[in-house]
Amino acid sequence: MSKSFPGVQALQAVDLEVHKGVVHALMGENGAGKSTLMKILYGLYRPDEGEITFKGAPYRIKSPFDALKAGIAMIPQEVSPVPYLSVADNLFLGREKVRNLGIGLVKKRMTQSMARDLLSEFEIDIDVTKKMNELSIASAQLVAIATAVSYNADLLIMDEPTSALTEKEVQHLFRIIRDIKSRKGISVIYISHKLDEIFEIADAVTVLRDGRTVSTHPIGNITKDILIHDMVGRELKDFFHKEKGTIGDTLLSVRNLGVAGRFEDISFDLHKGEVLGVAGLVGAGRSELMEALFGVVPATSGEIAIHGQTVRIRTPEDAIRNKIGFVTEDRKLTGLFLKMDVKDNIILPDIDAYISRGMLQNRKIRKWCLEQVNALSIRTPSLDQTIDNLSGGNQQKVLIARWLLMQPDILILDEPTRGIDVGTKANIHELISKLAALGKGILMVSSEMPEILSMSDRILTMYKGRCTGELMSEEATQQKVLRMVTGESMDRGDRQQ
Amino acid sequence: MTSITSGSLDFRAVLRKYGIVVIFLGLCLVLALVSPAFRTVRNLTNVVRQVSAIGLISIGVTFCIICGGIDLSTGSVVGLISVICASMAQDQFNPDQPISIVMPLVFAFGIALASGALVGFVNGAITAFGGIPPFIATLGMMTVARGVAQLYSGGRPIGRLKEGIIFLGSGSYVGIPIPILIYLLIAVFSWLLLSQSRFGKHITAIGCNIQAARICGIKIKRALVQVYAYCGFLVAIAAIIITGRTAGGNPAYGLGYELDAIAATVIGGTSLSGGIGSIPLCVVGALIIGVINNGMDLLRINPYWQQIVKGTIIVVAVVIDAKRQKKS
Repeated sequence: MSKSFPGVQALQAVDLEVHKGVVHALMGENGAGKSTLMKILYGLYRPDEGEITFKGAPYRIKSPFDALKAGIAMIPQEVSPVPYLSVADNLFLGREKVRNLGIGLVKKRMTQSMARDLLSEFEIDIDVTKKMNELSIASAQLVAIATAVSYNADLLIMDEPTSALTEKEVQHLFRIIRDIKSRKGISVIYISHKLDEIFEIADAVTVLRDGRTVSTHPIGNITKDILIHDMVGRELKDFFHKEKGTIGDTLLSVRNLGVAGRFEDISFDLHKGEVLGVAGLVGAGRSELMEALFGVVPATSGEIAIHGQTVRIRTPEDAIRNKIGFVTEDRKLTGLFLKMDVKDNIILPDIDAYISRGMLQNRKIRKWCLEQVNALSIRTPSLDQTIDNLSGGNQQKVLIARWLLMQPDILILDEPTRGIDVGTKANIHELISKLAALGKGILMVSSEMPEILSMSDRILTMYKGRCTGELMSEEATQQKVLRMVTGESMDRGDRQQ
Repeated sequence: MTSITSGSLDFRAVLRKYGIVVIFLGLCLVLALVSPAFRTVRNLTNVVRQVSAIGLISIGVTFCIICGGIDLSTGSVVGLISVICASMAQDQFNPDQPISIVMPLVFAFGIALASGALVGFVNGAITAFGGIPPFIATLGMMTVARGVAQLYSGGRPIGRLKEGIIFLGSGSYVGIPIPILIYLLIAVFSWLLLSQSRFGKHITAIGCNIQAARICGIKIKRALVQVYAYCGFLVAIAAIIITGRTAGGNPAYGLGYELDAIAATVIGGTSLSGGIGSIPLCVVGALIIGVINNGMDLLRINPYWQQIVKGTIIVVAVVIDAKRQKKS
């Protein structure tokens, strides 16, 4: 069995070959194209170019339903069962066993016994009459796996299946994978960030980077260091580097900060003129930390001090009052007002400064917005343009302009250059550098290793809701940071290369 | 080159936004041609006067819909405020009525307006603090307010009102009927409130993207309560006008007005998904409904057919809105 698949927009010339009865791991940084590739295989996206062969025949599908029929099943990273139906009903959703009365009455007892058989086959001990929402995330994950297997698929795609599982459950999952592999000859594409898991379960591994296949190795011929090297491998010199400025007094200090169930015990200082990069994998708690600092989901423990004064930040208003700005991770979801125009999008958090006798001062608003638009070279036909019509990069600049308008001391940037073109990216990096030179403290979350390395004065790494270390930019290398964000080395300065 | 493209795009955008004005003018033109009675000044003044009550309500509803909500209780609140207002605007004490109070009109109006705002405040508070969808909260209020109106009035109309309130409903000032003047005044004020004030920007932002609004430090709960209270206040003004025009309060007043008001709002281009809306266009929407009603009356169209036509127009307006949403 093989499939080759060159050329998609988010993916360029990706080749992947998966053999029968093999667990094939797929690795790569966030945004390397793993999920896109899998979604194409599962019929959620369609490729622009290239072809896929499955079981020796061309594979052309239009929907997940076609994929299932052809023999490819996927377990998404976050399973979404129907919460108010029973486990048994969820298992057979869309292919219910019905009585021959023509009205689709479900054979309840039969469904339940089939579900029980299916789960016991994998030693999953769950009451099938329970509602799905009564199960733990781990149990729901196991049910999803059983569901996928029950489609008699020849190829199973698992997208980070262990992110919600405990060690014991991971071992259970691995037993299931080994079982279906040897007993049924099922192939598995296994996406994970966790190196240990890959070495334990996979037979082969392919590394993707920037939408391209970098390498494919049998697991026996490879070491962790080679994998890490393949994953990061980009040249740093292509990136804009933050200019080294003077680092001033402590601006923000965070002590033992935590939000129950999201992250805990985070401590760090941010100084004037400093860019503090926060690195970590998806789910490491980086965005959650930023949300706590901005009062979106306020901290449940620990202390925040600004200019040496302890402050309470319970709501975004508190944060704004303390001169903190926050460019969120997902600009469409939590940043932009897509139906409103450029100037409204810029002034909203600072609107009070433009009110006189209850009325907006349009002339003042225009003047200041125009100044921002020019300073950040935002390309828009006019200030009255609906923001939805701007390109992603310009939208991102508008969001930054929004927070610059209120003259913040601290600027939180969560993935400031995600999904924008190279040129604008460099613009934004230059801007960040300038802002730091003006004495602002900048907290920058990024999943892009080169961005973190080239822009940060200092790097904070997080793994599973905890801080795993702090590096000065001089001592930081891609390999070191990657080890720290994958929980590989909790201690600093272990052997390199 | 870019300027040409953006220019023609702008033209299309303008047409898309103000197309309803063209439709309105076309409608008037057609009616003026087929019905001589339509094109008299008296008839046209009449249309606007009749529209003013629904028009005021639809301005309030526009605010609710822009911030991502809706108000279904407006019709019932008209009935409630009408009996409250009538019972306090009594010319003389009337023992036949459950409640009959003689007091200066100013106080009667004050109480009526405050009651309307209070009902809206409750709607908003249930939505904002109870986390209940406004559709449900105001649906409940729709039934409750009607019940209270019946209870308050003993289910009967309340008559014998002071001259002042009757003047408000049917009098004129410099040749213009008072209801039209009030409508115009409120429309201008609301237009400024929506497009030129912090409040207006805040509620538009909330309707656009509530999560982003939160990040921008907007006090969402407070804004929601204010929106519904303002809507209730405008409904109370409409109720006073109707009470004055008919020289009596009636717990059955306002039946079905909530739907007419929503229709006027939607025809005026306010997006049911929130974040987009304009007061001048809402006024045009109300006028369109008024002109259609009037035109069909003049052409002696069967009232049953009138309902069918009106319903169809509302659905078509929403379909157009949905299409427009998809395009942009």
